[in-house]
Amino acid sequence: MSAVATAHDPAATRGAPRTAVRWRPALEAVVLPVGAVLVALILFGAFCLTQGRNPLAVFAAIYQAAFGSGYSFQNTLVRAAPLMLTALCTALPARLGLVIIGNEGALVAGGVAATAAGLLVSTTSPLVVISCMLLAGMIGGGLWITLVGFLFYFRSVNETISSLLLNYIAIAVLNHLVNGPMRDPSSLNKPSSFPIPEDKMLPLLGSTNVHFGLIFGIIVCLLAWGLMEHTTFGFKVRMIGGNIRAARLAGLPVTRLGLITCFLAGAAAGIAGMVEVAAVQGRANESLAAGYGYAGILVAFVARHRGLPIILVATLLGGILASGGILQRQFQLPDATILVFQGLVFLVILLSESLYGKFKFFKETGA
Amino acid sequence: MKFFSRTFPLIATLATATLCSGPTRAADKVVAGFIYVGPKDDYGYNQAHSEGCRGVQKLSWVKGVEEASVPETTAVQETMRNMINLDGASVLFPTSFGYFDPHILKVAKQYPKVQFVHCGGLYTEGKHPANVGSYFGYIDEAVYVAGIVAGHATKSGKLGFIAAKPIPQVLRNINAFALGAQSVNPKATVQVIFTGEWSMPVKEAEAATSLINQGVDALTCHVDSPKVILETAERRGIFVTGYHANGAKLAPKGYLTGAEWNWSKVYTDYAEAVKAGKSLAAGTIPHLVRGGIKEGFVKVSDYGPAVTDAAKADAEAAKAKFLAGTMVIFKGPLKDNTGKEILPEGKDLAQQALELESMGWLVAGVIGSTKN
Amino acid sequence: MITESIGGWGVVIGILAGAVRGGTPFLLVSLGECLTEKSGKINLGLEGVLLIGAMSAYAVSYQTGSPWVGVAAAGIAGAILGAIHAFLVSRPKVNDIAAGIAMLIFGSGCAFFLGKPYIQPSAPQLPAIALGGWSSIPQVEAALKISPLFFFGVAAAFLLQAFFRSTRWGMQVRAVGDSPAAAQALGISVPRTRFAAIVTGSALGGMGGAHLSLFYPGAWTEAISSGQGLMAVALVIFARWNPVKCLWASLLFGGAQAVGPSLQAVGISTGYYLWNASPYILTLGVMILTCSPKRTLIGAPGALGSSS
Repeated sequence: MSAVATAHDPAATRGAPRTAVRWRPALEAVVLPVGAVLVALILFGAFCLTQGRNPLAVFAAIYQAAFGSGYSFQNTLVRAAPLMLTALCTALPARLGLVIIGNEGALVAGGVAATAAGLLVSTTSPLVVISCMLLAGMIGGGLWITLVGFLFYFRSVNETISSLLLNYIAIAVLNHLVNGPMRDPSSLNKPSSFPIPEDKMLPLLGSTNVHFGLIFGIIVCLLAWGLMEHTTFGFKVRMIGGNIRAARLAGLPVTRLGLITCFLAGAAAGIAGMVEVAAVQGRANESLAAGYGYAGILVAFVARHRGLPIILVATLLGGILASGGILQRQFQLPDATILVFQGLVFLVILLSESLYGKFKFFKETGA
Repeated sequence: MKFFSRTFPLIATLATATLCSGPTRAADKVVAGFIYVGPKDDYGYNQAHSEGCRGVQKLSWVKGVEEASVPETTAVQETMRNMINLDGASVLFPTSFGYFDPHILKVAKQYPKVQFVHCGGLYTEGKHPANVGSYFGYIDEAVYVAGIVAGHATKSGKLGFIAAKPIPQVLRNINAFALGAQSVNPKATVQVIFTGEWSMPVKEAEAATSLINQGVDALTCHVDSPKVILETAERRGIFVTGYHANGAKLAPKGYLTGAEWNWSKVYTDYAEAVKAGKSLAAGTIPHLVRGGIKEGFVKVSDYGPAVTDAAKADAEAAKAKFLAGTMVIFKGPLKDNTGKEILPEGKDLAQQALELESMGWLVAGVIGSTKN
Repeated sequence: MITESIGGWGVVIGILAGAVRGGTPFLLVSLGECLTEKSGKINLGLEGVLLIGAMSAYAVSYQTGSPWVGVAAAGIAGAILGAIHAFLVSRPKVNDIAAGIAMLIFGSGCAFFLGKPYIQPSAPQLPAIALGGWSSIPQVEAALKISPLFFFGVAAAFLLQAFFRSTRWGMQVRAVGDSPAAAQALGISVPRTRFAAIVTGSALGGMGGAHLSLFYPGAWTEAISSGQGLMAVALVIFARWNPVKCLWASLLFGGAQAVGPSLQAVGISTGYYLWNASPYILTLGVMILTCSPKRTLIGAPGALGSSS
C-alpha cells in the first residue's frame, strides 16, 4: 500500500489549484485513479523488464498506439464506444444496490432483436430502419435485464448469478438462431443471419474510421448521468440503493423503480448490440459476443457507476486494448501480454478505491 | 484523458529519442501482415499459418508481421490499418474466414494499393473490391488419402469424425474422408459429432470418448486444434488421422497419417508476385488461388507404424492420381445420406468446381446431420 | 483394440463416465468457491485460478517429470492468485465481483503468457485408478478409469462438510460469512478468516485445473477451461453452499456436458447449441423454483453480496 500512497502525494500537491471551493474531493477522484494507472504502469514496466524489453520503449509504443495521433485515437474511440454502453448495464442497477453482470447477454439479446427488426422492416428510408433497429435493440436488451430484476424482486433470485447464467443462455440462443432459423444459407463458412442492406447501416463519422456508435455511447452516458444525478427518479433510485427498507417505508415504489432501472440498463447494452450489428457486422453472428460485456463490468466499477467517468474510463480501456497489437508486432510479446496489462491496471485501480477518504489532504476543510 | 496528453508526451519523446523504436519502414522489403484469430501456437489452424509466415520470411527481402488473437470485430479492421499505416505492409493475409465480410471488404476499399489476400473466402468479381483475393488449399485431397488409410485400418468399419460446425469447408472434409474410406472399404461408415465451437477441448475429448464407446476404431477431426483428440484416441488405443499439422508425436502408436497445410509455399508465391510488381487489381495476381497435393498447397503426413503395406499401396496410388491431376473425389453417381441424388451417373465435380465450396450435404455412409 | 458397439447403453455409460471425468474440475472448483462464499465473499476469479492451475500443473509436470509435483504446483499457483484476491477484497470499498473479474483477466493473462512454451510438449499425465478390471466390456473398463483427483475431491467434499458442521474453525468461517459484526464481537478475526478461506478455496480450484491438463482432457491449451470456473459460482448456489451437494451437482454438470456428444454419437443431433447451454438453464430453473421472497436460501451466508 505504501507504494500507492507515495505515488499519490506528489502528484496531488503539484496539480492542486488554490482557490476552488469544493475541489478537494473532486481532485481525489482524479488523482487516485491516475495514481493507480501510474502504479500499474510501473508494475507492467517491471514485467516488461523481466521479458527483456525496455519499459520506456513499450510505454511510448502503447501511448503512440492509443493516444499518440489522431489516427490512433480513432482506434481507441472505436474500442471505447461499445464499452460505454455495456458499462451502463452494470452501473445503473448498481445505484439500486444490485450487482448485475449480464452485460454480454443483454448486448447479444439487443443485437439479435435489432437484426430481426432490420430484416423485417422493409421501408426504403434508412432513418426508419435504423430507428426501428435501435428501438428493437433497446427492447431486446432491456427485457433481458428486466427478467433479472423480475426474478430478483418477485422470487429473490440472486441477480448476479442469474444475470451471469443469462449470458450463457443468450449466447446459446444466438448460436442456435444463426445456425438454424435465422441462417442465411449463403453465409457459408461463418453461419450468420441475413445481412442488413448496406444503405440501411449506421454511417461513419465524417472521414474518420469511427462509427456512429460513439455518439450513441456518449449521449447515453450523458443521459444516464443526468438521470441518476439530477432527477428525482435518480434520487429515488439512489435512496433504494442506500437503504431499501427505508425507501419502502418512505413509500417509494421500489419494485417498479427497480424494474425500470433494470430495463434502462439492459437497453443501454442492447444499443451496444444494435451498434455492432448496424455499424460493424451488418448481420447477427457469433462475433456479437466479443467480450464487450465483461469489459463493461470493470469499466462500470472503476468509474464508480457514474455516467461521466464511464466515458473516460471506457476511453482509457479502449486505448489499452488498441495498443495490444503493437506489443505483438513491434516487441514480439505474446498476445496474452495485453491481458496481463489490462488485469494489472484494473487490480490497482480497484485497490485504489479503498484509499478514498484515507488522505487528510482531500478532506473538505470546514465542511 | 487530460492526464495522458499532459504527462505522457514527455516520457514518450524521451523514450523515442533515446531508443529510436519507431515503426520500421523497410523501403526495399516486402512487408507482409499475418492476422490470426487465435493464439499462433495452437497445434492447429493458426499455427499452420504462422509456420507459413516463418517459411516466407526465409526470403531475405520479406518481412513478416504477425498479430494473434484478433477477434472478428472492428479489432481486425484496426489491425489491418495498423499493419498498413505503421508497419508499411503491402500485402495482408487475414487468415480467419470471418474476417472477410465485412471487415476485409471495408478496409480494402480504403487502401486500394494494398493486396488483401484472404484464406478460404470466395471472391466475386464486380461485387468485391479489385484488390481482394482469396486462396485456399484442397485439403480434402489429403483427407481423402487419410480416409483410404483409415478405411484399411478399421476393423469395426466404423470411423469417427469430430467437427466444429456443419459448414462447407468442414462438410467437404467429412465427405472426402468417407469417400476415401469407402473406396477401399465400401461398408465403412463415418459417424460425425459437431461440437459447435472451434476450440472446446473438454467437449472434443468427450466427443472422442463417446465415439470410441460406440465402436469407432479410427478417428479424425476438423477443429482448430486436434491435440486433445489425438491424445484421447491414443489413450484408448484406437487409430487416428491428423489434421492441420503433423500429430505423429502426440499419438506415436495410433497415428496413421494426416492432412497438413503447406502455407509456406502459398505465401512465398504471393510474396514473389508482389515483389515483381504484380497486383490483384491489375489482374496480374489471380483473384482465386487454389491448389491441392499437386500444387504443393497441402501434404499427407508420413505413415505411422500401424499402416499396412496394402493401405500404403492404395494411398500412394491415390496420391499419384492427385499428382497427375486425374483424380476426382466427387463423382457420380453420388447420393447424400438422406437418399437424395447429388450427382447423377457420369457427372463429376472437379476440385475447382465452386459448388464444392458451398456444399451443404453429407454423402451416404456418413451418420450425422447438417442441421443443428 | 476392437470395441463392440453397445448402443443405448453407450449413451448411459458415456453420460455417467462423463459425469465423473467432466465433473471433477467442477467439484474441486465448486468446493473452493463454497469455502470462499461461506466466509462471505464471492470469487469470480476462479476461472483464472483454474487456468493458472492447469498451466502450472502441466508445466511443472513436464519440467519435473512428476505429475504429482504438478498438482502441488497447481494448488500453490491457485493459492497465490487467491491471496491477491483475498487481499483486494479485504480492503474497504473494494467490490468482490469487480475484483473477481479483474482477477479473471489477470489470472488468465498470466496463465496464457507463461504457458506459451508448454502448449507443444507432452507432459506426464496423472495415473488413472482403474476400477473396471472385473469387466470384459472395454467401454466399462475405460469409463471406470478414474482420476485420483476425483477421489481427492470426494474426500474433500465430506471433510469440508464435517469441517463446517463440527470444527471450531468451520464454525468461525460460517460465523464470519453470516454476520461479520457478530463474529468480530466474538473475537474472531474477520480478515484473517476470510484470507484463509479464499486462499484455501483457490488452492482447491487450482487443483481442479490440474485435473484438466493432467488427466482429462489431458492437455494444456488456452481454451481448456472454457468457462467452468465461472460456472462453479452458479454451481455452489445450485448446491446451496453444501459441500456434499456440490459433489452431486458437479456430477450433474459434468454429465450434462457429456449429453450432447453422447446423443450425437448415436445419431441424435438437433439443437446442440441449446443442449450445450443445458447446465445454465438447469441452474436458473432450480434457482427460480427454490428461491422465494418469503425467505432467503437455506445455507446462504448472510453477508454474501453485502459490502461488509
